[in-house]
Amino acid sequence: MDQIILQMLNGLDKGSAYALIALGLTLIFGTLGVVNFAHGALFMIGSFCAVTLQKLLNLSVVTIDPTKTDFLGNPAKIKTPYVEAWFGPEMGAAIIDWSVPLAILFAIPVMLFIGWAMERGLIKHFYKRPHADQILVTFGLAIVLQEVIKQFYGANPIPTPAPDMFKGSFDFGQMIGFEANKIIYPYWRIVYFMFSMVIVAGVFSFLRFTTFGMVVRAGMADRETVGLLGINIDKRFTIMFGVAAAVAGLAGVMYTPINSPNYHMGMDFLVLSFVVVVVGGMGSLPGAVLAGFLLGILESFASMNEIKSILPGIDQIIIYLVAIIILLTRPRGLMGKKGVMED
Amino acid sequence: MLGLNKKDTKFLLIVICLTLATPFLMQPFAEGTALAQFNGGYPDLMQRVAIFGIFAIGFNILFGLTGYLSFGHAAFLGVGSYSAVWMFKLLSMNIIPGIILAMIMSGLFALLIGYISLRRSGIYFSILTLAFAQMSYNLAYSVLTPITNGETGLQVRPTDVRLLDGANAPDYPNLFGWTMSTSYKWELGAHQFTFNVGFYVCAVIAIAAFYLSLRIFRSPFGLMLRAVKSNQQRMSYTGLNPKPYTLAAFVISGMYAGLAGGLLASMDPLAGAERMQWTVGGEVVVMTILGGAGTLLGPVLGAGAIKYLENIFSKINESVLHSWFSFLPDGLEDAVVWLFARFTGDGWHLTLGLLFMAVVIFLPGGLMEGGARIRAKFGRRGDIDETGAATKTPAE
Repeated sequence: MDQIILQMLNGLDKGSAYALIALGLTLIFGTLGVVNFAHGALFMIGSFCAVTLQKLLNLSVVTIDPTKTDFLGNPAKIKTPYVEAWFGPEMGAAIIDWSVPLAILFAIPVMLFIGWAMERGLIKHFYKRPHADQILVTFGLAIVLQEVIKQFYGANPIPTPAPDMFKGSFDFGQMIGFEANKIIYPYWRIVYFMFSMVIVAGVFSFLRFTTFGMVVRAGMADRETVGLLGINIDKRFTIMFGVAAAVAGLAGVMYTPINSPNYHMGMDFLVLSFVVVVVGGMGSLPGAVLAGFLLGILESFASMNEIKSILPGIDQIIIYLVAIIILLTRPRGLMGKKGVMED
Repeated sequence: MLGLNKKDTKFLLIVICLTLATPFLMQPFAEGTALAQFNGGYPDLMQRVAIFGIFAIGFNILFGLTGYLSFGHAAFLGVGSYSAVWMFKLLSMNIIPGIILAMIMSGLFALLIGYISLRRSGIYFSILTLAFAQMSYNLAYSVLTPITNGETGLQVRPTDVRLLDGANAPDYPNLFGWTMSTSYKWELGAHQFTFNVGFYVCAVIAIAAFYLSLRIFRSPFGLMLRAVKSNQQRMSYTGLNPKPYTLAAFVISGMYAGLAGGLLASMDPLAGAERMQWTVGGEVVVMTILGGAGTLLGPVLGAGAIKYLENIFSKINESVLHSWFSFLPDGLEDAVVWLFARFTGDGWHLTLGLLFMAVVIFLPGGLMEGGARIRAKFGRRGDIDETGAATKTPAE
C-alpha cells in the first residue's frame, strides 16, 4: 500500500509537467487548429527564464576588502550581488533564494510576448497550409529556438535550486498514518503539483467564467459564425496562443529545481506531450490534463522493481505502448470529441 | 533501356555520371589555396552523402508519393546498423551478408510498425511512428543491451566468431577483399582527388536505389501511391484498397533506411542507439523537404547539400573567421566574427534550422522548385515535368 501511494506521488510531478504542456498544446490546437511542434521549445524557454533571472539576480559588484587577504596575500575581492547592495543583505539574499518562484512573474510577460510574436510572425501564415507543413515549420522553429538557447547558455545543464524553505523532503506517510520513513517525498514536488493544479484551474476558469473565455470557446466551436457576429476572433486566438505559451513556460520555470534545464529538454518533452495529447483526445482540454497525470503515474508505476522484474524494460516504453493501444482502439483518445481532426 | 523511356534513360545516365564523378565534383579547388577548405572530396563525407542519399530516396517513396509523414525512420536505420554489425561479428567481414540482413530485418520491422501505424493517417500517423521510434530507441538503450550493447554501442572485436572468414581475411569491412577504407589518391597539378572503395560501393548501391525509385515513380504502383496522396476516399470508391499500397511503400522505404543503416555500419563497423533517436528521423525529413519532396532528384540533392554544408560549416571556427575578416577595423572585425560564429562551427544546427524554415515557408517544393522557378524566369520552357518540381505541397 505504501509503495502504491509512493508511486502515485512520484508520478504526480512528471504528470503535472505533461499535463501543463499538453494543456497548452491542446489550447493551440483547439483554437487555431495548428499542430505546434515548437511547444517543447516553449517549455524549455520558460525554464531558461528562470535561469536568466537567477543570473540577473546574481550580478555582483566587486569590492576589495583590504582587511582580508586571499591565500596569495592579495586583498580579497568580495562579490556582493546588486540586490543585496540595494535591499540590504538579508532581503537581497532572500530574493536570490527565491529566484525560481520570482521567475514566474518574469516569465509570464516574456512568454506571452514570445507566443504573440510566434503567432503573428509565423503561424498566422500557415492556417491555410496542410498540417504536414505546420508540423514541419514548427519543427524547424523548435530547432532554431533550441540552438539559440544553446548559443547563449551552452550545452550543459544549469542547476537552479529551489528556495531553501522547500529543499529536502518530508515524511508524507507519517502524516497520513503510515509508519515513519516509508513515504518520503520532496517538498518541491508537492509545490510543483499544487502549482500545476492552480494553473490548470486558472485556465479552465478563465475559459469558463469570463466573457473573453466564452468568446474563445464559441470560436473553438464555430470560428466562422463568431467572426460573422462581428467579433475579432483572430485577435482573441492570438492571445490564447500567448496564454498557451505562458502555460508551457510556467511549467518550465517551476520544473527547473526538479531537473536542471538544458537546451534539448524541450525536444525530450515534446514527443511525450504529443503522446499525452493524443491519448487525452485531440482538442479536449480536460482530456489532456487527465491523460497527463494518468501517463505520469503509469510511468512511475512501471518503474517499480516488482513490475520491472516481470516485464523488463516496461518503464521505458509504457507511455508509448499505452498511446499505441489507445490510438488503435479508441481513435479519438480518452475524451476526444467527434469531428476534431478526424481522418 | 532497362524499361525506361528515352528521356528517363538520359536522366538516369546523367545521374550515374554525376555520382561516379563525385570525387571530382566535390573537390573543385586546388590544394593549398584559400578555397581548399570548401573542398568536400574526402571519403567520409562522400560516403555519407551517398548513404544519406539512399536514406532520403527511400523516405521520399513514402512521404513524397503517399504524403504520409513519418518521423520514425531512424528506427529502421538503427535496425539496419545493428543487423549489419551482427553479421560482421558472426559471419564475415564481407559487407554483402551484413547489408542483406540489414534490409531483411528492417523490412520485417517496417512491416510490423507500418501495419499498426497505417491504421491511422495524418498527424496521428506521424505521432505513432514517433512513438515507435522512441520506443525502439529506449529499448535499445535499456533492455536490449545484450543485443545492442547499450550506451557503448555494438562494435566488432578480434575475438568475434566470423564463421565464413578464413584465417587471413581482413579485419575491416570489405567487399571480397577490398577494404572499405582503401583510398587511391590521384594528384593532378595542384589538385588532389581521392577515390575511395567505400564511396564507390555506396555510389553503385545508391545508383541502383535511384534506378529502383525511378521505376517505382513511373510504374502503375507509383501511380497508386500518388492516388493515396491526392484522394484516398475516391480511390476506395473506385474499388481499390489503399492500405496494401501504402504499406508496401512504407516497407520499401523502411528497407531503404535499413540499407542505409547497413552501409553506415559497413563504412564504420559501429552501431549505437543514438542512430535510432527520433531527431535522426527528423534529419531525413529535413533533407527530403529541402531538396524537394515528391521529386526524384530532390532528396539526393537535399542529402548532399546538408551533409556538405554540415562539414564545411562545422569547420569554420572563429580563427578561420578572423582570417577572413582581418581586413576590417579591429572592433568591427570582432563584432562581425562574433556574429558569424553564431552560425558556423557549433552553430551549424542554427543555420540548418533557419534554412529549413525558410524552405518550408517560401519554397515548399524545395531546391527543385527553386531551380524550376529560376529556369522559368529566364524564359526557358518549364519542361521539367514530374521529374522536376512537383509544385504541390505534400498533402495529409
